[in-house]
Amino acid sequence: MKVKVLNRNEEEFTRERAQDLKKVHRNYEPALHQFQRAHEYTRALNAAKLQKVFAKPFIAALTHSDGITCLARNPRILNSLLAGSADGDIRIWDIPVQRTLRRLKGHTGAVKGISFAPDGETCVSCSTDCSVRLWKVPFAPLEPGPVEAEEAPVFEFQGRNAFRAIDHHWREHLFATAGAAVEVWSHERSEPVNTFTWGADSVLSVKFNPAESDVFASTGGDRSIALYDLRSARPIRKLVMQTRTNAVAWNPMEAFNFTAASEDCNLYTYDMRKLQAAACVHKDFVSAVMDVDYSPTGREFVAGGYDRSVRIFNFNAGHSREVYHTKRMQRVFCVRFSGDGSYVFSGSDDMNVRVWKADASEQLGVTLPREKHKAAYNKALINRYKHMPEVKRIVRHRHVPVAIHKASKMRRIVQDSDKRKLQRRIQHSAPGAITVKPERKKKIVAELE
Amino acid sequence: MADEPAEQELLTLQASSRKKKKPKQDAYLGGVSDRKLKGQLRHTERLYKEANKAAATINQWLAPSEAGFVEAEGIEETWQIQQQQIVAAVEQGAARKAFDLSLPDLGPYRCTYSRAGRHMLLGGEKGHLAVMEWQSGHLTCEVQVKETTRDVTFLHSEQFFAAAQKKYVYIYDKRGLEVHCLRGHAAPEVLEFLPHHFLLSSIGEQGVLHYQDTSTGQVVATHRTRLGPCDVMRQNPHNAVLCCGHANGTVTMWTPNITTPVVKMLCHRGAVKALAVDPTGHQLVTAGVDRQVKVWDIRTFKPLHAYFANSPATSLDISQRGILAVGQGRRLQLWRDCLSRKAAAPYLTHMLPLGGISSLRFCPYEDVLGVGTAGGVSSVLVPGAGEPNFDSFVANPYASIKERREQEVAQLLDKLQPDTIMLDPDTVGKVLKEPVDVAAQRRQEEAAANAARLASQRDKADERAKMKGRNKPTRRQKKKQMNIIEDKKPLLRAKIQEEERARKEVAQEAKRQKLESVPRALHRLYQ
Repeated sequence: MKVKVLNRNEEEFTRERAQDLKKVHRNYEPALHQFQRAHEYTRALNAAKLQKVFAKPFIAALTHSDGITCLARNPRILNSLLAGSADGDIRIWDIPVQRTLRRLKGHTGAVKGISFAPDGETCVSCSTDCSVRLWKVPFAPLEPGPVEAEEAPVFEFQGRNAFRAIDHHWREHLFATAGAAVEVWSHERSEPVNTFTWGADSVLSVKFNPAESDVFASTGGDRSIALYDLRSARPIRKLVMQTRTNAVAWNPMEAFNFTAASEDCNLYTYDMRKLQAAACVHKDFVSAVMDVDYSPTGREFVAGGYDRSVRIFNFNAGHSREVYHTKRMQRVFCVRFSGDGSYVFSGSDDMNVRVWKADASEQLGVTLPREKHKAAYNKALINRYKHMPEVKRIVRHRHVPVAIHKASKMRRIVQDSDKRKLQRRIQHSAPGAITVKPERKKKIVAELE
Repeated sequence: MADEPAEQELLTLQASSRKKKKPKQDAYLGGVSDRKLKGQLRHTERLYKEANKAAATINQWLAPSEAGFVEAEGIEETWQIQQQQIVAAVEQGAARKAFDLSLPDLGPYRCTYSRAGRHMLLGGEKGHLAVMEWQSGHLTCEVQVKETTRDVTFLHSEQFFAAAQKKYVYIYDKRGLEVHCLRGHAAPEVLEFLPHHFLLSSIGEQGVLHYQDTSTGQVVATHRTRLGPCDVMRQNPHNAVLCCGHANGTVTMWTPNITTPVVKMLCHRGAVKALAVDPTGHQLVTAGVDRQVKVWDIRTFKPLHAYFANSPATSLDISQRGILAVGQGRRLQLWRDCLSRKAAAPYLTHMLPLGGISSLRFCPYEDVLGVGTAGGVSSVLVPGAGEPNFDSFVANPYASIKERREQEVAQLLDKLQPDTIMLDPDTVGKVLKEPVDVAAQRRQEEAAANAARLASQRDKADERAKMKGRNKPTRRQKKKQMNIIEDKKPLLRAKIQEEERARKEVAQEAKRQKLESVPRALHRLYQ
């Protein structure tokens, strides 16, 4: 007779000394792990609730003496941010310590645009006083102390009319300004190297492509977005839309995609090779969208609107994933993503630059590997059960100011009634008499070459 | 290749059922037209596959222990092997696990184990309650409650246990001090604790099934079974549904959400004496007064096989590895591989020395069966009964104090809500989509009903508004009255006709009566 009875040796299953790690044994037999789905759903629900409990995105407000008109982040140093205001004051901020390191004095009109050079030590700013100034931007080590007023600019470029925007090339010492026309300047020359005109209207903004460095886009007062290449003598393409575009941002990870922030409360993502239809339409604002900026990951972008809110969108999503607002934040004129993709800066009319977290419930600071794992697990759980009604309700819930809530309700009513009317017209007319333009093509008037 | 058999074994551990043919690639993505979603689903499916493979590999190579067994040699059969022989043949540590506690005075005993199998709880009918670490023989607590105690069970850990006493259910802590008296449970006879939901349920003489949440104290549900007193109740560990056996031979299954039984099965001719459910939730074993032990498939509710005995079985239990223990009086029979196929002979047999069997419970993760008898408690060795490898995150017999505390917190955080208890536990998280044709039909019906309602509304409005000449209130009123009269006309007409007919009948009847009194030759004169 052969017999064996289970007999475990306690020493094999427990630790010898208090310094040793405790022994963990796993058995993945499904019979031992019952109710896995129900447990996962419970954990997902708890994770969604905790996410809301820990969602505190506002970090700090950095004050100026007049409304903020432009922001620029240093491509080389994560801490440093430049903000220009309507009284001509430019400040270099050290974000973690929340203090002004330098004040760049020189402009007499509102500073309309600032941009860093790729080396992170020089920056250019343009203003309504028809000048562009080149500054040296030193960065001091972290020490608390009084704000030091800065020296004069290194160089001053004079133009013929007021400038509306400026953007620096990502590789070379060139920058482009927007005013009456698009002008490309070099650091060494006092006259523009190149001038691009198409039509007689004013140019509102200009943006260089970080990936494809010689390509840049501009937006004009004639409701157009124009694409240029520095290697060619004239502009390449022009896309005319139904409403004016306030700002353009290029996707740093996908060289051919850019997002345009339009006056009609939407953002449109285009592939520059196929301008017949938008790749994506991003809707959620109830007033004009003033500025847009991509995250360095290229997976999301932040946009600031005239309706006093800042929204973060996923790069391919039709609606925002997050909305930030405060009673004290007035019209948002400029937004930037931080260099590590964790923070969002918004400059608004109430003279403050606000620092927000990109992920509202993220734990800042150094996290232990177990904390990181737990945060990733919670995120994955919510992602898996996001269609369940309870989880969906909690994850979707956002408090939004009354004005925005009412305005979006009104927009929804108007949209629904327009849609209904159109459907009825189609129903009661000859088939093929009424053509419906897809949403992505609706706002495009023409594409010119 | 050496990997081939390993691959085969790896596939057996996947939770999904094995199919004979390998399924077509991406067959599950057939109905999805959204490319983004398709890509995401493919990615998720690949992750699942990899996780399954990893889990199967770990189970195959990293398991520290092997299951027990007993093999007879020569012409000997396993059921001829005596318990003393087994105890003599195994090593000392294992032999110590078989013992008999003789407690003749305090009534038939109920014996149960904690989830990790380290602690044993005894409850004598005359009020003797004791918790002991049975392997070391250390007595944790012992208390005499001086009342009839019909059943005992551990709660979420060995720190607390509940006793079904004469009138109410009492909760005691590990020192034997009474912590709670649960008056909602009336005259309880059996207790069951659902560990994932923290629900303590009881049923008794009044046939009322009572669910109470032991973490918050809230009474979740009270169901009147209306089937008389019930003293047979077991939980289905797969879906936390309670199975009750009744005196009319039916087995009913209950969830806290529905006041009527979810399932009602007629199992025996005569009362159901004992019940047990397979740990995987596939089979149900019932024993009735008709001396049959029947095996049912719980997913399809169909009978699989029936075993016949010379006397009715009074206790049943199924171990983690599927060994069925049947108790008939003093005789204990253990059957192996008897659920999915009909076994010809038992695996082991044993006669209890202390008295008649009143309860049977297998110890989790050990090859031991705890038998509560009329004269005490016996621990019987059953090689191959327990799961050899435990999972530290589910139940750790070697848990330290800190680990036990953290496990309690984790259990509470993961506590499931009682409304997730359903016959198929995998329904949680599923999106129930009605088929396209059903949805279309429903929409059609809704549209038709809507159209009919609108048409009737329009007609009514038209009726009221149609006027010839000046639209004065008096004229409108007149018209309304006319409308009323018009509406009533057919009814009145029908009524008048009815009256006419009735009158005619009466007249005819009178005539007939009159004619009867007159000789037939003169009928012509009266017609």
